[in-house]
Amino acid sequence: MSEGKLKMATCSLAGCFGCHMSLLDIDERIFELMKHVEFDRSPFDDIKQVGRCDIGFVEGGVCNAENVHVLQAFRKHCRILVAVGSCAITGGVPAMRNNIDLWDCLQEVYQYEAGTQGRLIPNDRELPLPFDKVRPVYELVRVDHFLPGCPPSAENIWALLDDLVHGRVPSFDRRLLHYD
Amino acid sequence: MDARTLETAAHPESLRRVVIEPVTRVEGHGKVTLLLDADHHVQQARFHIVEFRGFEKFVQGRPYWEVPVMVQRLCGICPVSHHLAGGKAVDAIAGTKALTPTAEKMRRLLHHGQILQSHALHFFHLSSPDLLFGFDADVLKRNVFAVADAMPEIARRGVLLRKYGQEVIRVTAGKRVHGTLVVPGGVNKHLTAHERDYLLADIDRTIAWSQEAVALVERLYVAHADFHNRFGSFRSHMLSLVRSDGALDFYHGGLRARDDVGHTLFDHEDCDRYWDHIREEVKSWSYMKFPFLRELGAQHGWYRVGPLARLNNCDFIPTPMAEAARKAFLDFDGGGARQATLAYHWARMIEMLHAAESLRELLHDADLLRDDLVVKGERQLRGVGVIEAPRGTLIHHYRIDENDQVVRCNLIVSTTHNNQAMNEAVRQVAREYLDGREVTEPLLNHIEVAIRAYDPCLSCATHALGKMPLEVELVGADGARIHRMVRGEAGEVFV
Repeated sequence: MSEGKLKMATCSLAGCFGCHMSLLDIDERIFELMKHVEFDRSPFDDIKQVGRCDIGFVEGGVCNAENVHVLQAFRKHCRILVAVGSCAITGGVPAMRNNIDLWDCLQEVYQYEAGTQGRLIPNDRELPLPFDKVRPVYELVRVDHFLPGCPPSAENIWALLDDLVHGRVPSFDRRLLHYD
Repeated sequence: MDARTLETAAHPESLRRVVIEPVTRVEGHGKVTLLLDADHHVQQARFHIVEFRGFEKFVQGRPYWEVPVMVQRLCGICPVSHHLAGGKAVDAIAGTKALTPTAEKMRRLLHHGQILQSHALHFFHLSSPDLLFGFDADVLKRNVFAVADAMPEIARRGVLLRKYGQEVIRVTAGKRVHGTLVVPGGVNKHLTAHERDYLLADIDRTIAWSQEAVALVERLYVAHADFHNRFGSFRSHMLSLVRSDGALDFYHGGLRARDDVGHTLFDHEDCDRYWDHIREEVKSWSYMKFPFLRELGAQHGWYRVGPLARLNNCDFIPTPMAEAARKAFLDFDGGGARQATLAYHWARMIEMLHAAESLRELLHDADLLRDDLVVKGERQLRGVGVIEAPRGTLIHHYRIDENDQVVRCNLIVSTTHNNQAMNEAVRQVAREYLDGREVTEPLLNHIEVAIRAYDPCLSCATHALGKMPLEVELVGADGARIHRMVRGEAGEVFV
């Protein structure tokens, strides 16, 4: 589209989409953001593969093989990679399954749950391999900035974006940072 | 040929695979695979859910009062739904027979705020580009940012409608995403007069814009009525809650199911006994289960939930503008839109209008300002909570032990109920628009348009693990191997 805009991509790995909702919670400022930023791959548009970008926002931890491929593509193509929210930074609530044996989990859902017809376990090449542990993104790729919170507030996301689009090194107001 | 025959090809190994990955402008992780023969005929079409969460397992052992807060993290678009359904289940465990008026109305305020924001998000931010620019518009144009460029007033109103719903949530639950209002047996706060006045300030505008959104969707639908009635459409059973007098109610009621011509299959069934009516089937190619009505069996008993089902199932909507819109919708084209996949958009905007009207009624209710917040009774070992979430009927079911720890949990989330329906819609569209033609990107978007109509929330809907023989290595940022896993044919995992 127009010259001089930064390109930004976003994705949700093993997350709940709440960080993406918090991004939208900047409300009318989205129109201000559009003056500076053009979206590349994001759940909000139909670009399926990430291209060369200035800013990459990653929500969620890594829970399966597909997440690894998406995360590596983001790292490869994004100049600045931001781990957004508790799940990307620590694994978050999905990582609560890390204490449970994968096989126990399978049995719980498919073999013990009453009234489930077939007792079959999904078994198809189209389904990505789930890992036995949900991992934070920094264990797999280098991360430039971490934005904590479940989700980070819109104010915090806006402050970060404002710094990035104006070429400043992000510096958070401590009062904006929270972890709940 | 019956579209259902496209679920499984006879000889998949000889066919060409086309994939839509990821399905975009929906929440969560899904993909579509098509298998085509040499003449471009579609032999198989499937909508797969490819993510694993495992909530039902890891909630075990947690104290029950944590449930309403934990389960919100199933979904960031509708955390309020899980907060409320989990909360209702926990009320039953706390022995609460009836909430105080303040507690129930605060929860309803929160819920209607959520319906408003979620429906606004779905239409304006996610689906409107398809409906405003056309299903085969340029891929770079199919997003809300392009809507903002071309039709700034529509985009602005979408953003502000969503903002209003999110503000209702923030004021009642403390945060816009993953806030907390519900505690066992009630709520943790009442509204202050100042907060009420703040929310009242924009409510009239919100109702007016919601009504205009209904008119906009209706106009778009009616402009190509035959096409919209037919696109990805089929007849099915429908399931929803209804109030005891048959009214639309998002927060509480009994289960009603109607068949594909509107005959009632069961009515005012106690949610506590949902299990008498609903069973789930597992298919090898999706992590998401396929629910069906037990009486009718897996083959014929699948059904739809959500805005279209609710408008078909209820006897009336208890607010005047939305009720008028519902009647117009049902009567349109001799009932021609009642079962249509794309009519979900129309039904959704009517519900958004109802949510806005309900918010105004609630905000004028003095009970919201009282401070009688919690009622508890004799503790029980089991609780079921059912609500109508933005995307449809949401069921939470827990059992606890003597130590107040969760021992079993069953969730049937809204999007899961629509699993078969979304697959039907995908196959219909594949047959009608792609069969025998060279597959192009805009044609593939037609398939996504059919899925989007159901507003699926795929991270909500993920229950289970898959298994296929595979080997994976996880390599860290520094190049060192963190982890290697091999999974065998039977699903066993070697670390």
